[in-house]
Amino acid sequence: MIQVNGLTKDYGARRAIDNISFDAEQGEIVGFLGPNGAGKTTTMRILTGYMPPSDGTATVAGYDILEESLEVRKRVGYLPETVPLYNDMTALEYLKFMADLRRIPDAEERAYETLEGVNLKERANSYIGTFSKGMRQRIGLAQALIHRPEVLILDEPTIGLDPAQVVEMRNVIREIGKDRTVLLSTHILSEAQQICDRVLIINKGKIVTEDTPENLQARLVGAQRVILRVRGDSDGLGNKISKVKGVRTVEAKSDGSVEFEFGAGEDARPQVAKAIIQAGYELLEMRPVGLSLEEIFLELTRDTAAGKKVS
Amino acid sequence: MRNIWIIAKREYNHYFISPIAYVVAFLILLTVGIIFAINVYFFTQNASQMFGQAPDISSVTGAFGFLLVLSIPAITMRLLADEARMGTLELLLTAPVRDFELVAGKWLGGFLFILTILAVTLVYPIILNGLVSPGIDQQLVMSAYLGVILVAASFLALGVGISAVFTNQVAAFFITLSIFVFLWWLIGFPAQVLQGSASEVFRYLDMKTHFYDALNAGSIKLTDLVYFLSLIALGLFTGTTAVEIRRWR
Repeated sequence: MIQVNGLTKDYGARRAIDNISFDAEQGEIVGFLGPNGAGKTTTMRILTGYMPPSDGTATVAGYDILEESLEVRKRVGYLPETVPLYNDMTALEYLKFMADLRRIPDAEERAYETLEGVNLKERANSYIGTFSKGMRQRIGLAQALIHRPEVLILDEPTIGLDPAQVVEMRNVIREIGKDRTVLLSTHILSEAQQICDRVLIINKGKIVTEDTPENLQARLVGAQRVILRVRGDSDGLGNKISKVKGVRTVEAKSDGSVEFEFGAGEDARPQVAKAIIQAGYELLEMRPVGLSLEEIFLELTRDTAAGKKVS
Repeated sequence: MRNIWIIAKREYNHYFISPIAYVVAFLILLTVGIIFAINVYFFTQNASQMFGQAPDISSVTGAFGFLLVLSIPAITMRLLADEARMGTLELLLTAPVRDFELVAGKWLGGFLFILTILAVTLVYPIILNGLVSPGIDQQLVMSAYLGVILVAASFLALGVGISAVFTNQVAAFFITLSIFVFLWWLIGFPAQVLQGSASEVFRYLDMKTHFYDALNAGSIKLTDLVYFLSLIALGLFTGTTAVEIRRWR
């Protein structure tokens, strides 16, 4: 559905995206994850035909974005980050306008249907200027859905919504993603984890890594961290642990517990347990500390070299 | 072509909720109304001294044309600037709409709005026709109205073009106004000073000569029509190009 090949965009001397390549299949929800200014919006704007790339090619729904831009635009629904609404139009007028531009027969009927789909039917005749942030986001989504596009591109669809609206928006996206291709951007990791089939992490215009959220977490947790607690005095504990084979780092916490890390495939826990019991400590707790996606993300985006190591 | 109409329709409806459009319509109609009233007053007072010369409609259309110089920059300045500011330009540029259709739609919407104001002034030739016996010169009415329509269409096209180049409304307003003042007044001066073919060139560029001396005086000539149609084409082309360039930036 979406094939991107070596896409590059320069704004003057600044390179916004650099040689980006990826694919997205039908029925797949792909998440673009990255800090602000990473190039997410630029990539989306190129794919929607808003601006041409400086280099590289892409096809969306089988059409070249540069050569057959109008065909691409007919088949793509796009919700930009700044929801593009006319405040002086009612919800219905606005959707009817978009339906007309997209050559939908029975535009008014389709506008009603779409409004119902985003739970705004009872506000059909209200002016968009009076809408709350969540409603604006929903009418923006309705606009992107009105022509039942094969490909949906959503730039930060949940930004500025309250928690209940976020959940609702995610459900809507998941529903759409069952039979259509969705490309969405976010800088919230848990969101990518929850709704996306696949995550592309992008930083400084480059794709750092790409995988399913589960694999990403598993793959990136190369080192395992364990927190360990003993009864009473923990003096010298760190020393003992650091002598065990396979332990990479040891850190004594202020609350008396000790955190240590070992490489994947060299589980040092049994040896550590044995060592500290032999040394006379009373072991209370030993539990793994999962590297959160947040940490993975920071790790990956700190510098691109770190990303190369894991991929 | 249908896209042009859809965009024009939205634009046209927008004028009826926009305060600046009402201000423009009010000022134009007020001024034109006053001028008409004065004309008719002098005509009825001094009918005997006017040696049978009946008042004609060119004073109304002439004033209308002049008022367009000042009012069109005010209504075209926001045409694309507003879309860019509200983020809806991104919507239109990612919809299956050609850049030309967007620009032409904006132009047509403004044009229909001016035509609506102009339609109101049609009461004046009708009143005049009742006052004067045996009726007024119909050909002059048609020619003068065609003149105003062409002036409006040209100014609007140039205004849309400039608003596509400058997304800042204030900049768009002053640049549009300057260009109109230039076309309407300033360009006429070199024509008077210079000699020969150089003078002819400037005379041809002077919009006043095509309006006041030709259409508004009852003469419909191909050179004048070509002049206005060229300006319309130039404005729409500038607008389309500016939108395209904006994409590449």
